[in-house]
Amino acid sequence: MTTTASSVSAWERIKTALTSGPSGYGFMVLYAAVCSWLLLTNPRTNLNTDIVFVLFLLLVLLVYRSQLVLGFKLALVAVMLALVLPIFGTLNPFYIDVATQAGIFVALALGLNVVVGFAGLLDLGYVAFFAVGAYLWGILSTPQITLINPAWSPVPPIMFYPFILIGLAVGAFFGVLLGLPVLRLRGDYLAIVTLGLGEVIRVLANNLDRPINITNGSQGIRDIERPPLIFAGFVRDTLGWQLSDQQLYQQFFYFAILLIVLLVVVVVGRLKGSRIGRAWEAIREDETAAIAQGIPLVRMKLLAFAVGASFAGAMGVVFASKQLFINPPTFDLLRSINILSMVILGGMGSIPGVIFGAVLVTLLDLQILPRIANVLRDAQRAGLPIPAAFDPTQYQRLLFGLLLILMMIFRPQGIMPDERRKEELQEHDSIPDAIEHAKIPDTESEVGLK
Amino acid sequence: MHLLDAQNITKTFGGLTAVNDVTLTIEKGRIVSVIGPNGAGKTTFFNILTGIYKPDKGTILFDGKPIAGLRSDVIAALGMRRTFQNIRLFNNMTVLENVLVGMHTHLHAPFWQILVRSPGVRREEAKARERARERLAYVGLDAKRDELAKNLPYGDQRRLEIARALAGEPKLILLDEPTAGMNPQETDAATELIRRLRDELGLTVVLIEHDMRLVMAISERISVLDYGTKIAEGDAATIRSNPRVIEAYLGKGAAGAAA
Repeated sequence: MTTTASSVSAWERIKTALTSGPSGYGFMVLYAAVCSWLLLTNPRTNLNTDIVFVLFLLLVLLVYRSQLVLGFKLALVAVMLALVLPIFGTLNPFYIDVATQAGIFVALALGLNVVVGFAGLLDLGYVAFFAVGAYLWGILSTPQITLINPAWSPVPPIMFYPFILIGLAVGAFFGVLLGLPVLRLRGDYLAIVTLGLGEVIRVLANNLDRPINITNGSQGIRDIERPPLIFAGFVRDTLGWQLSDQQLYQQFFYFAILLIVLLVVVVVGRLKGSRIGRAWEAIREDETAAIAQGIPLVRMKLLAFAVGASFAGAMGVVFASKQLFINPPTFDLLRSINILSMVILGGMGSIPGVIFGAVLVTLLDLQILPRIANVLRDAQRAGLPIPAAFDPTQYQRLLFGLLLILMMIFRPQGIMPDERRKEELQEHDSIPDAIEHAKIPDTESEVGLK
Repeated sequence: MHLLDAQNITKTFGGLTAVNDVTLTIEKGRIVSVIGPNGAGKTTFFNILTGIYKPDKGTILFDGKPIAGLRSDVIAALGMRRTFQNIRLFNNMTVLENVLVGMHTHLHAPFWQILVRSPGVRREEAKARERARERLAYVGLDAKRDELAKNLPYGDQRRLEIARALAGEPKLILLDEPTAGMNPQETDAATELIRRLRDELGLTVVLIEHDMRLVMAISERISVLDYGTKIAEGDAATIRSNPRVIEAYLGKGAAGAAA
């Protein structure tokens, strides 16, 4: 950089100091320590803890974006997510549940991102695959199975582990199954048909209680099995933590989902940088030109559907077991739209962006928007001149909608759009004007759902 | 043996016969042009050869194999690559990635090995990148490999399309108006590049072109289409003096005046 000292703003200098060099390490460690201390000493659910919790998660993002040594970054994030957050979770069950839900949606959003972001196939029925995985474990692990055939009996709870893989395979199978009829469709038509197919799965779940009771209809399935707590003895006797079964399950699902998310991130990252990822991207950019390069369109599209759906299938198994109860409304269109909004908000095609989008939307849904509504309601009760007809809790979705609209106006490429090209450019450290080019947001092609 | 042997190709769209009973044979290592007025069916003929359209009638042998009715990607994998009249690059991918996509049929890393990023996959990827850069260097674009395709100047986009086609190691390359919209200097450079494709790489080249200077300069044989029908065929001198060709281009009366 040859820019003169005066043109570097104070903000830029502060930013550089906090994200690189010795001051950067100091800042990150101090930040993490203060947040962790605040969380662990004041674990009650209230506005202050909410704010600290959001700041705590924000640190993960700051660390990711910082210019520090990779080993340090990984170690700090590992301590935060695999040590501080779970311990905090034993003190307050609410926040670890938010984190667990966020993890589930991160995996789902990354799966949908393969279909929508990488291959450019707008899928509005994605939640169907999540439903398939959830019902797979829901039906087979409970007495529901005996209603289908009295001779069959539920699978033992320990089968939960292999069933994550079976959920993966069944999800992929359904991805191909629902992908086949839409292969020839593009753009809006594809969106409408996938929307329809997604609804078909939900309606089937709702109505397959007659003539044979397979899904128990709108009643849903209760008392879904959880895997046995094989590590309970270790935690209670060896580590000496007297945690209840409830708490142990919370820890178990948190870590299981964290692990799955890690695997999913690795898998999508590798696919993206491979011949398969490039073929998807080529299809997204121009189908005709892609075929002319010898890319088999049908196979590549089905592969995208299968990969995306397989994550949802596996997550469905975990979700059903975590929730203990599933019913058809859990898997409605709004859920698909919600996952899609995570992908778009974060930055389509960008893996860190989609992770960020999923965490942000989950936090907004479960924590931030309800809290804002609460604050407004308290203010209303305290006599602030808000019309009585205005019930803030009813307006949470409105706020979310407004946020989406503002985002699409001011940052249509998403909060963290695809960074890969910029990284590649910096690797070769020549062509500075090309970096300028790469930064120009391309509204039309990035936002338009082709 | 002919590299390409298209016999009696006919294609109709509703009541319009876009290509009517056209026969074209091309020997290995030739540069052949297909010319004709706008709407003569040249691009449709290319689209039939590359499998975008299925011919209603006729047979096509490519390197001895019948390809009429095969899928585009299969034909491309057999070694026939093309460029498009209205440049179709992958705009939001880098120049290098565009060429890597062109190499798709030559990369075979299995899915599971990609997930574990096995040494074999890494080796293949490194080799592909090296090869792609060689291709870019060949057309003179290596320095711009990290730019997005959409940010290239027009002439470079045309050359990138050729580099992407070359990446598929084709036997036959079809160029659809490779110099459309170019200034004379760019056209000369493109002409030179096309010649090198044949002389240095041993490729067989078929081009659709409107720039008669280029056509006459490099084609060893020219086929003329008009209203979907082949009206003339031969070397540059024969075509230049053919009354039907003059008529097609300049209208009736012009042929008489020229004669």
